[in-house]
Amino acid sequence: MTKQSSLSLETAVYRKTVPAGDYWIHVVKAGQIFRIVDLEGNQAADTLFYNAADPAERYSAVDTIREQRNVYLGVGTRLMSTAGNPMLEIVADTVGRHDTLGGACSTESNTVRYALEKKCMHACRDSYLLAVAEHEEFGLTKRDITHNINFFMNVPVTPEGGLTFADGLSGPGQYVEMRACMDVIVLISNCPQLNNPCNAYDPTPIEVVVWDAAA
Amino acid sequence: MATVSSDLLYQDEIDGGKHWSLTLRRRTILRLIDREGGANVGMLFYNPANLLERYNAPDTLKCQHTFKLTAGHCLYSDMGRVFCSIVEDTAGWHDTVCGNSTKSLVAERWGRRSYQEYRNDWTQNGHDSFLVEAAKYGLGRRDLAANVNWFSKVRTERDGTLAFDPEAGRAGVHVDLRFDMDTLVLFHTCPHPMNPAAEYPRKPVSYELYRGDPAAEDDPCRTSRPENGRGFANNHLYHLCG
Ligand SMILES: [Zn+2]
Repeated sequence: MTKQSSLSLETAVYRKTVPAGDYWIHVVKAGQIFRIVDLEGNQAADTLFYNAADPAERYSAVDTIREQRNVYLGVGTRLMSTAGNPMLEIVADTVGRHDTLGGACSTESNTVRYALEKKCMHACRDSYLLAVAEHEEFGLTKRDITHNINFFMNVPVTPEGGLTFADGLSGPGQYVEMRACMDVIVLISNCPQLNNPCNAYDPTPIEVVVWDAAA
Repeated sequence: MATVSSDLLYQDEIDGGKHWSLTLRRRTILRLIDREGGANVGMLFYNPANLLERYNAPDTLKCQHTFKLTAGHCLYSDMGRVFCSIVEDTAGWHDTVCGNSTKSLVAERWGRRSYQEYRNDWTQNGHDSFLVEAAKYGLGRRDLAANVNWFSKVRTERDGTLAFDPEAGRAGVHVDLRFDMDTLVLFHTCPHPMNPAAEYPRKPVSYELYRGDPAAEDDPCRTSRPENGRGFANNHLYHLCG
């Protein structure tokens, strides 16, 4: 299911382009609307959320999957925390399906998935680790780098228990939008992955946009 | 697969709704047995030499293009190494995406049983069980991640809808994990969070420890996928340096 947003970019209070392979860390306040735009299409935005008041409470892929009884994320999905609280709710989405099973790429998982020689290729968990190192004010470390959402990524599961990586459903200008239910720290790695179709082998920028509650 | 030798080192039983932890040495085989059928064993894995290295369910699934866990699969750490491999499995499907029961879930579904009234028959939950075991090693809320739910089968429809299969749990089935690294294992026998049973399912689980052999070059877990060959290569490098 897809749903267009009624919000206009002119009323946004924050806009920023995140280049391919970079991270973005930012606090989105309760009630604000947060949009991620896949500017050129086929990009994966690997995203983590933390309760800004208590970062030990964070986005939980398994609690989200179980509570909505579905492995895919889309309009109406409430993104659940490790403490069982809704952190954000997806309110608009032009793509139809996002993944939270596949996790973020790392140099180590690249060695397993592709080849031992791929170990020095830039990966999402490098971006996360640099983000937490450069932003000590959030008090995050490697132990806080947990299972994320891959916005714009398509990872179909079969009834027989298989897992596949399909071409993205996204395209240039497609977006996903969510309303924050609490003040959240958002940590995005704009995936630099060069080895699989999540980026169409060509990492490109995303845009992040924030609207105030009254917008 | 005759991987378990007669070399039984230890056996024990854990009642349903309990928790425990063990540090298992490399080459140990852990056999879990669902005694009555319908058991669930929630499990988490850490490297005792570096507790920041822990089980990573997404890496485990995507490296092996699988949604379920069964024989031939390896359980990966976030460092691209194999904590353990499933050398034998008579259950056929184990879940690692549905997480844990919580205090509120257990109370809503099965009612609240206080310790004062019920003593050791109180109703514990998976999440708090992990917190207790994790704390024994200096770990806390920030260190919990997606766990395995041994003996629980949750499949998906084409549209991604989850379905817990209550018929899947059969008495006497077992799963054998060969540890390919020294591993801290936290586990509980609390119900799977999607178990629809009318009564709190209090299912005992036996476990046995055997001395095992390291994975040979033609080991089925190593050869089941090229990815796993590279996972074992990462283990090899780790043990060279350690
Ligand atoms: Zn990535």
